[in-house]
Amino acid sequence: MNIQVKVNGKSYQADVEPRMLLVHFLRDVAGLTGTKIGCDTSQCGSCVVLMDGVTVKSCTCLAVHANGSSITTIEGLAQDGKLHAVQEAFWNKHGLQCGYCTAGMILTVTELLQRNPKPTAEQVRQGLKGNICRCTGYQNIVRAALAAAEALGG
Amino acid sequence: MTTRIFGSGIRRREDPRLITGKATYTDDIKLPGMVYAAILRSPHAHARIRSIDTSAAAAAPGVLAVYTGADVEGVLKPIPCAWVVPNSDVKQVAYPAIAKDVVRYVGDAVAVVVAEDRYQAEDALELISVDYEVLPAVINPEAALGPNAPQLHADAPKNQAFHWVASGGNVDDAFKSAEVVVKDTIVQQKLIPNAMEPRSAVASWLAPMGELTIWNSTQNPHIVRFITCLVTGVPEHKIRIIAPEVGGGFGSKIAVYPWEMIVAFCAMKLGLPVKWTETRTENYVATTHGRDHIERVELAATRSGKITGLRATVYAGMGAYLSTAGPGIPTILHGLMYSGPYAIPNIRADVYGVFTNSTPVEAYRGAGRPEATFLLERMIDLLAVQLNLDPVEVRRRNLIPKFDNGYDVAIGLKYDSGDYQKALDTALTHTSYNRLRQEQQQLRQHGKYMGIGVVCYCEICGLGPSQVAGAVGFGGGLWESAIVRFYATGKVNVFVGTSPHGQGEETTFAQIIADELGVPVDDVEVVHGDTDLTPMGWGTYGSRTTVVGGAAVALSARKIREKGRLLAAHLLEAAEADVEYADGKFFVRGSPDKSKTIQDIALMANVAWNMPQGMEPGLEATTFYDPPNFTFPFGTHIAVVIVDPDNGHIDLTKYVAVDDCGRQINPMVVEGQIHGGVVQGVGQALWEGAVYDQNGQLLTGSMLDYALPRAHLLPDVETLSTTTPSPHNPLGVKGIGETGTIASTPAVYNAVIDALRHLGVTGLEMPLTPEKVWRAIHQQG
Ligand code: FES
Ligand code: FES
Repeated sequence: MNIQVKVNGKSYQADVEPRMLLVHFLRDVAGLTGTKIGCDTSQCGSCVVLMDGVTVKSCTCLAVHANGSSITTIEGLAQDGKLHAVQEAFWNKHGLQCGYCTAGMILTVTELLQRNPKPTAEQVRQGLKGNICRCTGYQNIVRAALAAAEALGG
Repeated sequence: MTTRIFGSGIRRREDPRLITGKATYTDDIKLPGMVYAAILRSPHAHARIRSIDTSAAAAAPGVLAVYTGADVEGVLKPIPCAWVVPNSDVKQVAYPAIAKDVVRYVGDAVAVVVAEDRYQAEDALELISVDYEVLPAVINPEAALGPNAPQLHADAPKNQAFHWVASGGNVDDAFKSAEVVVKDTIVQQKLIPNAMEPRSAVASWLAPMGELTIWNSTQNPHIVRFITCLVTGVPEHKIRIIAPEVGGGFGSKIAVYPWEMIVAFCAMKLGLPVKWTETRTENYVATTHGRDHIERVELAATRSGKITGLRATVYAGMGAYLSTAGPGIPTILHGLMYSGPYAIPNIRADVYGVFTNSTPVEAYRGAGRPEATFLLERMIDLLAVQLNLDPVEVRRRNLIPKFDNGYDVAIGLKYDSGDYQKALDTALTHTSYNRLRQEQQQLRQHGKYMGIGVVCYCEICGLGPSQVAGAVGFGGGLWESAIVRFYATGKVNVFVGTSPHGQGEETTFAQIIADELGVPVDDVEVVHGDTDLTPMGWGTYGSRTTVVGGAAVALSARKIREKGRLLAAHLLEAAEADVEYADGKFFVRGSPDKSKTIQDIALMANVAWNMPQGMEPGLEATTFYDPPNFTFPFGTHIAVVIVDPDNGHIDLTKYVAVDDCGRQINPMVVEGQIHGGVVQGVGQALWEGAVYDQNGQLLTGSMLDYALPRAHLLPDVETLSTTTPSPHNPLGVKGIGETGTIASTPAVYNAVIDALRHLGVTGLEMPLTPEKVWRAIHQQG
């Protein structure tokens, strides 16, 4: 099937198998490997991207579903060489160790802060329910989210 | 100097690539012409393979080749075990890369398909038909030793992989004269490590040169190189192993697996680069597990609570084959730690390693020490109940008094330094322990069950002296290496044999160099994880990277400082004895303006236009550092839980961790290690466990079924520290990568049991699910 997807502002046109997962489209067709695959049961959130501004697990979505949409992956978050406030906060607060869950975490937090610019720690924790990190114990991810909220003026 | 770089929590230098999606993990690698392998795995825990038909798969679209056990037999040697613990009669059973006649666990490889893309490879797997004769299976390690258990290996009677005994003092006498004895059976459930990056390998074979390169999600590329050489027959100097970005390991990426050997085999056969990446569901059966003990434990004590003896018989599941370091974990890293932070005069550990029809068991964060700490801390709580003493009081009566430079425990180890009492007091003060106990009483009167768990621990890490490694049967040394290289521009590369994968040593090692040599931390780049670039090393596990690898970095820096000093003396035309170093400058004593910066020295050493007689050009130093002893970090953790009697729900409301890892290079990184470690240990206490049915099917075989810790289930961990430097380490540091996991499982467990104590509940099996807790409350209450 022929699809057209905008990823990080750039248009990609491809003929894909109907069963191709969006995450494979992003990684293998668009060559954007920043989006990770951590499971095959839609549990871990390593694959989270923004589709038309909303978080989706790109492992649980077919590439054909993304036809006509606009996707933001971790590679598209920094603008003009300047880190997004959430990226900066993850760095400052040691919100990552091995980095494997990080793309999904950062995008999840980014969207969370758009919906709720001034979350409590508890709300951040609830918002991270769908993302697994095996390294950090989540605490510094929560700190990073709160710091990012502050930096963004929430 | 203003704030010292050593000891400051600067943000990590590896992060920019990780937060922008620019890091390259193994599965991100795409080589020209690369093809994809998928492995067919046994659906049975134990079966004879009658026949395999691969013809349909071989004819499927895109398929280049299908190989079975018959194809690799004789080409790939069996996968060796590298930790053959002496005096324990270890049975090194053959571990073929692909099973040919018998499969011994769900996940054992049966065939491999290589195809042009991954979808095609996975499709073709379904076209392979295997005729199995299903055999009875055994999963429980104690049952597997029993007389009627199914036998896994002809050359391992009774499924016994080994039997190891360690003792100190006279245990039997201690029990004969004991005033009090408490007993328990402890089950250390099997755990699935779940590093977030599944395992992956890309192999490339350059036939004209006979060169094999493998990108591999591993914690120890040099060990992989060595074992790849043994298995494939490619000479070691023609093998390059690259551990690119590695997404967590926790022990599960120590083993050298059959899978990367299969991938190498395919690449060599086809002359094409081949990639294999496991799915998560595959990871659950194909990547090593942890723990899996059944322990029968007895503790002897006086009526006043002084522990006089400890003995345990441990049945440690090894899985179907011996993984790379498997046998060393329940023995050396477990039995030898039975004294913990306590003075226990008589100890015996009796450990049976047992084959079972399940995924092989390897190190999993803490590896042996969490099990030892749990055992001890559980027994001490039972003793406290028996004697009607506060659990803190029993611990206090047995802690080893403060020591700075060596303490011999009965079982033969020499601890380096410790101030256990101080860590305990710090934790008690911070939590207002006595007030907590009062609160517990009050809540109980209102039908609310609050529990407090206190754990004192001491663990062995910073592995370790090579002579000891040899004596305990580890198939290698445990020293580390570092090359520090200054360029003419004053910039520095550090090449290390350790292979960090999330622990932050690109930052902390740069801090060591900056501290020792006065260069800005941004002028230092740390290179690791590539056997062609880095000196020999033994990898990242056992909380050894900073302790042993960091020491090698520091010693190389000190060699550079000395060479720099001699060169500075020459350039300053001063006597060598008069030249001193401070803060990145060499100066003549008494006249600080007569000086050369380290950058001046780096330039001159590299151009070498004006060198002292006989001095070699270059500013570079190599150190192979073999530590004289292990390090023994310690601390006290306190957990507070509220148990809801109506539904058995456990709310972990407070967690305090006091840890002592000696001097801290980067407190932010240290804290991060503790957070992550604690949460992993909480996972074991409350949620995690590999559950098998009686046929050996893994029931918790995906992330849907295996409960991992999630953000909304956890409180913040309050971290505090005390500082007792290691006397023998050049930096005074001790390992901190595993302490959280070591302490938190018993802390949370003890807290839950404490919450139920007034109901007569004395113990439950982990994980402490609401159902188990609810049943206990309602049966006993
Ligand atoms: S990879 Fe998408 S949720 Fe795990
Ligand atoms: S940083 Fe490793 S999984 Fe989150």
